Amino acid sequence: MPLMNVLQAVNETLKQEMRRDDRVVVFGEDVGHEGGVFRATVDLQKEFGKDRCMDTPLAESGIVGVGIGMGLNGLIPVVEIQFMGFVYPAFNQIITHVARMRNRSRGRYTVPMTIRMPYGGGIRALEHHSESTEALFAHIPGLKVVVPSTPYDTKGLLASAIRDEDPVIFLEPKRIYRAFKQEVPEEEYLIPIGKAKVVKEGEDITIISWGASMREVLKATEMAEGKGIYPEVIDLRTIAPIDRETVIQSVKKTGRVLIVHEAPKTGGVGGELISIINEKAFLHLEAPPSRLTGFDTVFPLPKGEHHYIPSPERILKKITETVNYLT
Amino acid sequence: MIYEDYNPMKKKMFQIMNEEGEIIQPQLMPDLGKEELLKMYRLMVQTRETDKKALLYQRQGRMLTYAPNLGQEAAQVGSALSLGKEDWMVPAFRELGAWLARGIEVNMVYLYWYGNEYGSKVPEGIKVLPVSVPIASQLQHAVGIAWASKLQEKDEVVMTYFGDGATSQGDFGEAMNWAGVYQTPTIFFCQNNQFAISVPRGSQTASETIAQKSIAYGMPGIQVDGNDIFAVYVATKEAVKRARNGGGPTLIEAFTYRLGAHTTSDDPTRYRSDQEVEAWKKKDPIDRMKKYLMREGLLTEEEDEKIAQEYINIAEDAFKYVEANGEIELEDIFKYQFKEMTPQLKEQLEEYKEFLRGRGEA
Repeated sequence: MPLMNVLQAVNETLKQEMRRDDRVVVFGEDVGHEGGVFRATVDLQKEFGKDRCMDTPLAESGIVGVGIGMGLNGLIPVVEIQFMGFVYPAFNQIITHVARMRNRSRGRYTVPMTIRMPYGGGIRALEHHSESTEALFAHIPGLKVVVPSTPYDTKGLLASAIRDEDPVIFLEPKRIYRAFKQEVPEEEYLIPIGKAKVVKEGEDITIISWGASMREVLKATEMAEGKGIYPEVIDLRTIAPIDRETVIQSVKKTGRVLIVHEAPKTGGVGGELISIINEKAFLHLEAPPSRLTGFDTVFPLPKGEHHYIPSPERILKKITETVNYLT
Repeated sequence: MIYEDYNPMKKKMFQIMNEEGEIIQPQLMPDLGKEELLKMYRLMVQTRETDKKALLYQRQGRMLTYAPNLGQEAAQVGSALSLGKEDWMVPAFRELGAWLARGIEVNMVYLYWYGNEYGSKVPEGIKVLPVSVPIASQLQHAVGIAWASKLQEKDEVVMTYFGDGATSQGDFGEAMNWAGVYQTPTIFFCQNNQFAISVPRGSQTASETIAQKSIAYGMPGIQVDGNDIFAVYVATKEAVKRARNGGGPTLIEAFTYRLGAHTTSDDPTRYRSDQEVEAWKKKDPIDRMKKYLMREGLLTEEEDEKIAQEYINIAEDAFKYVEANGEIELEDIFKYQFKEMTPQLKEQLEEYKEFLRGRGEA
């Protein structure tokens, strides 16, 4: 089984899906000849030609808006927004059309598009290159929002996103693009959208996270285990729709929960998770659900970013506080 | 040829038939028989009668806010008739004549303005997108559809509609630019009706004409008299032919006037004079073609009245149908968010139904 990092898994999956279905087209800024600024689309144009992997004008609203039209007329667009921080010009297209075309036309038209974008901080980047604004998308009816945290999941989730008949926002945690390698099967496989994964079983507390933060969560979990605390760790994998069943089942078992995300606290997906937990597992709770998140500040430039991203040490502190609540 | 003669930098507006219904450029007259001429005329009359009825129903509180088409019938019908069955139409929201020309039934149109999403479920086999409210956003879709056509070597052309105000939007610039770069078979058809709600065309852009914007994007452009159905038809027909033959996109500015309000919520007397409106009424596109047809002996006053009555009847029947069948199923609100309802949607629907059952309403 080949070893791959997240970025290679993205590239491999795009190739696999383009070979499997010649309706799949990939386009965005610099994705063609250059193979993308992160090289996620490298060699696609070489293998599939300029009619299936295209460089576009520098226009994000166009990338998404033109993608809508292509999706309406027989193709399966997989578009790249170079950085999540540049998606906002395309927000109008995403919210007013991508998410609504099926409903508006009562099923006559659909937009089978995948919108890929690198997101999150930790790569010492300039302004607008580090934000995690997944909650903005999760709030919009008609969108699915998916975030992988490993190379294996990247392949299975991206293939599912591309094959989904509805639009999928596919967020790639760029901090872990090249962070580690994992065995990734060569054959096709799908990981269902809308299903979370229990990464580690435990009894004392449920920790829920996604994307790049999963690495810090797992480090903190190891540290906690050294102190005799055994967390159950859930990788949410899909931010919208949330897999409530897996979350609730776990919280009912542990009675305590910590949510970790890099995005700002206010209005973040953590708040939604806590509401779900309160609605469905209130009487099983032994401590108030807790959150460790990014601050409600603008993401700092590189000199300050280490303060912003939740570290294993801070996660461990929250774990300990939540587990020791009223004891 | 006309695109060279009427290069936007020459600041000439293309016209074949003048305000008196006289053919001033007979050599450019499209080769249309009696039946085709009457089809054009009938569609314009149907547009007007259907529009008038919609306005009336809205005023009676039986229909939603409505965007009237009065005065723009030639621009809409003339352009849409230049398309083939295999072609696409990507509308904004003031293109009633184009919808009817594409074979959409009045029931559908009324159902939409009645407030039911099924009015946007365009029948299979008719390539028309639903109404697009966010200004200029649909131009991007038109480029995508056309690009997909080109990549799949389909024989399709895409006509998209927008107003003068839309040319101020970023999506206009992005779509025009993209279409130019990838030479997509897209016709950008601007109904310059002189106002974006209350803001006049002169406050939208410093360009002398909207047609001139084609030059910067590397595509042919033309300003046509939008109230002259022959000029509109000839200009779009040539653009469609060019696009079909791989010649890429075209920008057409149909110079027309919105005789009515922006929508039924708008009061145009606040921003324009009666004299201006009266002057434009003299350029009415339907009167103009009627004069032409009568002079040619193709239409009598009596026949004209019969045509109008025929479409009044169709409109009345259509609205009767919509009032009788226009209610929605609760499930439909939830069913079309995705191919399959998520557990969240199922739960929310069930909870609401439970509430209704408790009140004896379901």
